Amino acid sequence: MAPPEAAPPAARGTASASAPTVLEARGVGKRFPGVVALDDVSFTLRAGETHALVGENGAGKSTLIKVLTGVHRPDAGELLLAGRPVGFARPAEAQAAGISTIYQEVNLVPLMSVARNVFLGREPKNRLRLIDFPRMHAEAAALLDGFGVTVDPRRPLHTLGLGTQQMVALARAVSVDARVVVMDEPTSSLEPREVETLFRVIEDLRRRNIAVVYVSHRMDELYRICDRVTVLRDGRHIHTGPLAELDRMQLVSMMLGREVSEVRRDGVTGFGADGHDVTRTPVLTAKNLVRRHQLDGVSLELHPGEVLGLGGLLGSGRSETAKALAGALSLDAGEVRVAGRPLARSSPAAAIRAGISLLPEDRKAEGIVPGLSVRENIVLAALPRLSRGGVVSRARQDRLVEIFVKRLRIKASSPEQKVGELSGGNQQKVLLARWLCLEPKVLLLDEPTRGIDVGAKAEVQALIDELAGEGLAVLLVSSDIEELVEGADRIVVLRNGGTVGELVGENVSEDALLAALADHAPPAETTETAPPAETTDAVETADAAETADAAETADAAETADAAETTDAAEAIETAEVTEATEVTEAAEVVEATEEDPR
Amino acid sequence: MKQTSYAAKTAKTAKSARTAAAGTPATASADAPALPAPGGPSGPRPRPASTVAERLLAGVRSQGVLAVLLSVVVVASFVYPTFATLDNARGVLVQASFLAVVALGMTLVIITGGIDLSVGSVFALGGVLAAWASPWGLLPALLVPLAACGAIGLLNGLLIARAGMAPFIVTLASLLGARGLLLALTDEGATTHLVPKGSAFAELGQGSAAGFGYPILIAVALFAAGGLVLQRTSFGQTLFAVGGSGDAATLMGLPVARAKVTVYVLSGLLAGFAGAINAARLSSGVTIIGTGMELDAIAAVVIGGTLLVGGAGSVTGTLWGVLLLAVIQNLINQIGSLNSSYQSVVSGGFLILVVVAQRYVSRTRKSL
Repeated sequence: MAPPEAAPPAARGTASASAPTVLEARGVGKRFPGVVALDDVSFTLRAGETHALVGENGAGKSTLIKVLTGVHRPDAGELLLAGRPVGFARPAEAQAAGISTIYQEVNLVPLMSVARNVFLGREPKNRLRLIDFPRMHAEAAALLDGFGVTVDPRRPLHTLGLGTQQMVALARAVSVDARVVVMDEPTSSLEPREVETLFRVIEDLRRRNIAVVYVSHRMDELYRICDRVTVLRDGRHIHTGPLAELDRMQLVSMMLGREVSEVRRDGVTGFGADGHDVTRTPVLTAKNLVRRHQLDGVSLELHPGEVLGLGGLLGSGRSETAKALAGALSLDAGEVRVAGRPLARSSPAAAIRAGISLLPEDRKAEGIVPGLSVRENIVLAALPRLSRGGVVSRARQDRLVEIFVKRLRIKASSPEQKVGELSGGNQQKVLLARWLCLEPKVLLLDEPTRGIDVGAKAEVQALIDELAGEGLAVLLVSSDIEELVEGADRIVVLRNGGTVGELVGENVSEDALLAALADHAPPAETTETAPPAETTDAVETADAAETADAAETADAAETADAAETTDAAEAIETAEVTEATEVTEAAEVVEATEEDPR
Repeated sequence: MKQTSYAAKTAKTAKSARTAAAGTPATASADAPALPAPGGPSGPRPRPASTVAERLLAGVRSQGVLAVLLSVVVVASFVYPTFATLDNARGVLVQASFLAVVALGMTLVIITGGIDLSVGSVFALGGVLAAWASPWGLLPALLVPLAACGAIGLLNGLLIARAGMAPFIVTLASLLGARGLLLALTDEGATTHLVPKGSAFAELGQGSAAGFGYPILIAVALFAAGGLVLQRTSFGQTLFAVGGSGDAATLMGLPVARAKVTVYVLSGLLAGFAGAINAARLSSGVTIIGTGMELDAIAAVVIGGTLLVGGAGSVTGTLWGVLLLAVIQNLINQIGSLNSSYQSVVSGGFLILVVVAQRYVSRTRKSL
C-alpha cells in the first residue's frame, strides 16, 4: 500500500552495486511444442536496481517474465527469491511472494470501476468483512493522484484513455507490497507526460529498494532509467552487465547477433539513405477531408513510388486520416480520388477494389485473426480473387503464401501455424503479406513498427523502402519521429485534424518536424528550417499545443454526447487560457474526461 | 504540474533536437515535483464525477426493468380490478419465488461469463429427492436434495473451470443426466413420492408469516444475501472480474477457477433448494416440472440487465426480471380470453427489447 513519496534523491546505481540479490533464475529452461523458448537462462535481480531485459521478439523475454511471475512453470532450472528456492504454480503465488507485474496490454477489467480494478482481490474491508467502498474510493483517489490520474475512481475503467488505464495498472502493481515490479513494455500506450510520471515512479521504487525489471524496445528509455541490462537472444542468455558500459550500437548488435560495423552501416532504422524516384502524377489525392470532431480539412497527394510521412501529435488525426482514406471512416465532407477517379462509396471494400490497403494501428484488434493460420490470414482479403464461383483454389493459395512467406521472411513453423502464436513482428509481416497479395496501388501503414522488436522493425522498414522503390505509393503514419524522418520522402504535418504543413527535401529532418509540430502560428510552408534558438521556444510551446490537442480530443469525444456539455464546456474554457501553467492544469481536468481518441 | 509536462515534452524532443534543447531537460527533470503522498497536503483537485450520460446509461441498465415493471403493474391495476388484490399479489409472488431463487444462481453464473442449462432438471430432481426424503424429517428433506444438486453443480464447475470445457455443453449434459436420474428414481414418473401432511417440511412450502408465504420470505432473504455477496465481498468482485476479463483476473492473481467452481455449485444448490421448497408447497415430488425453466431463468437474468457475456449485472435486476415475467403471465391469465401460451410471446418480446438495449449500451461503450 506504500505510496510513492518524496525522498531525497539517491545517487543512481549506488544501491545496486553491492545490493543483495532479490530474485534469481538459475539455468531456467522452457519448451513449447516445437520451440525451445528458454534454454539455460540465468538472471539475477538486485534490490533497488532497474534492470533492462532486452532482446528481439522470440528471444525469450516474455517467456522469462512469465516464468518469473508464475504464469509458466519452467521445465528446467530453479527460481530463488531472496536466496530461497521457490516454485510458482500460479500468478497469485508470485504476487503473494511480492512479485508484481504490469503488462504491455492493459490487463484490467474494463467494465469495473477504476477503484475496484486497483483493489481487486485486496479490497479494504469494514468490521463485518464487507468491502468498505467509501474507504476504497478515497484510497484509490489518493493513490492515483500520485500517478497523475485525477479521474473519479468510481468511473468504469473503459471510459478512460489507454494511457490513463496503463497508469491505473501501474498504480495497482506498485501499491501492493512488492519487492519486485516487472514492467513489460509499459510505455507503449503512454503519452510523454505519462512516461515522465512512470519514470518518477521508478525512481521512487529505487529509493524504496524495490527492484524493477524493465522490458522495452525504446533505447532512450532504457538508457535513461536502467542500471543493468540482460540481453537474450533465441532463448539464450547473451549478456548481463551495467548498461552504462555498453553503447547503443553494441547493445543492438548483441540483440541482433550482428557485427557492430554491420549495424552501423545500416543506420539506426532499416530505411535506405536514398530517396525514391517519384512519378509526378498522384495516384491518390485527398481534398479537404472533414469528419465531425476528428478531421478538419486534411488534404494530401500521394505519388507512386514515394513514402509520404504523416506526422502529428496524439489526437491530430493521423490514424483517422489513414482510416478515412481506406474507407473505414465515413466522411462529412471532402473527396478521395484514386488515379483521378473519385471513390464512390466510403467502405473498405470499395477502397480495396480501388487499390488502397490499410495496415491498421491496432494489430490485434483490427488486423490478425489469431486463431487462423498464417496461410488463412494472408489470403483472407484476397479470397474473392482466388475463388471461382465461390470455390477457393487451395493450390493458388499455397503458391501465393509461399511467395510471401519467403519474400517477407515470415518466421513460422509452417504456413498452418496459428498467427496468434507468432511474435509481433511476424504478425505484422503476415498482415503486410495480406495486403501485398492484393497488389495495391496505395499502401497505408499506420504505426507499422509499433511494438515489434528491433530486428523485425528494421526488416519492415527495409521492406517499406523496397516497396516504394517498386513504385508503390506508401503513406507512413508514425509517432516515431526518427522513423518518419528516415523513412519518408515528404512529410505532411497534421494538427487538430487538419493539414498544417509539409516538409520536403532538406527539411525532412527531426528539427524541422519538431518545429512544425510545435508551431502555433498559421503554418507557413515549413520550408525554412527553424534555427536552434527558435526551436527551444517551439519546444516550450509544444506543451501548450499538446494540451490544446488533448482538450480538442476530449472535447470531440465529449460533445458527441449532448448531455455532457457541462464537462466539455468547462474543459474548453480552461484550455483557452493561454498562460502555460494554467493550460497544463486544465490538461489535467481534460485528462480526467479524456476519451481514447480512437 | 507545469514542470512535469514540460520536462516530459522536452525529454521526448531532446533526443532529436539535441542542439536545440540542450541543458533544459536536465534542469527540468531535477525540478520535477516528487509524487505527493496520498491524502497528504497535495490539495483537492477537480475530480469530475461520472458524466451524466454514463450515469444515465448505468441507471437504465440497472433500473430500466424496474420502471417497466412498475408501469405494467400500475396500468394493469387500473384495467383489471382483480389484478391489484392482495390475494393475487401473494399468488404472483409465491409463483415467482421459485424461479427467482433459480435465477439468483443463474445471475452469478452469467456474471462470470458462463451459463447453467442444468437448473431446470436440477430443480425437478431437488423436488423429487426432497419428497422422497421427507418422511425422515425436515433435515433429510433439505439435505438430501442439497447434497445431490450441489454435487451436480460441483461436477459442472470442475469440468468447466479445471478441464476448461464449454459451460454450454457441460451443463447441457448435466441437464440430460439430472433428468434421467430423476426418471430412474421415480420409475419413469410412475411413482410419486409424497410429502407427509402437516410435517415441518410441508409447512416450509405452505405456511406463511406476516401474510407472506415462506417461499417468498426465503427468496427475499436469499436475494439480500446474494446482493451482499456480489457487491460487498471480494468473492463477488472476483466474479465480475472473471466475467469481464478472465485473463486479466488470472494475471491479477485472483482465484478464477475457484470462483467458477463456486458459482456452479451455488447454482446447483439454489436450484435444488428451490425444487425442494416447491415440492413442499405441492406436497409431492412432481417429475414433469422444471422443463425449460433454465430458459426462463436466463431470460429473467438478461431482462434484469445482466450482460450475457458476463462482467456486469445485479441480483436486484434479476429480481425485477423475474417479477416482470410473473406479472405478464398473471395478466394473461387475468385476461382469460387469451391463450396462456401468449405469455411466452410477450416475454420473448421483452427479451428482444432488452438485448437490443444492451447492444446499444455496449456500442456506446465502444465508441467512447
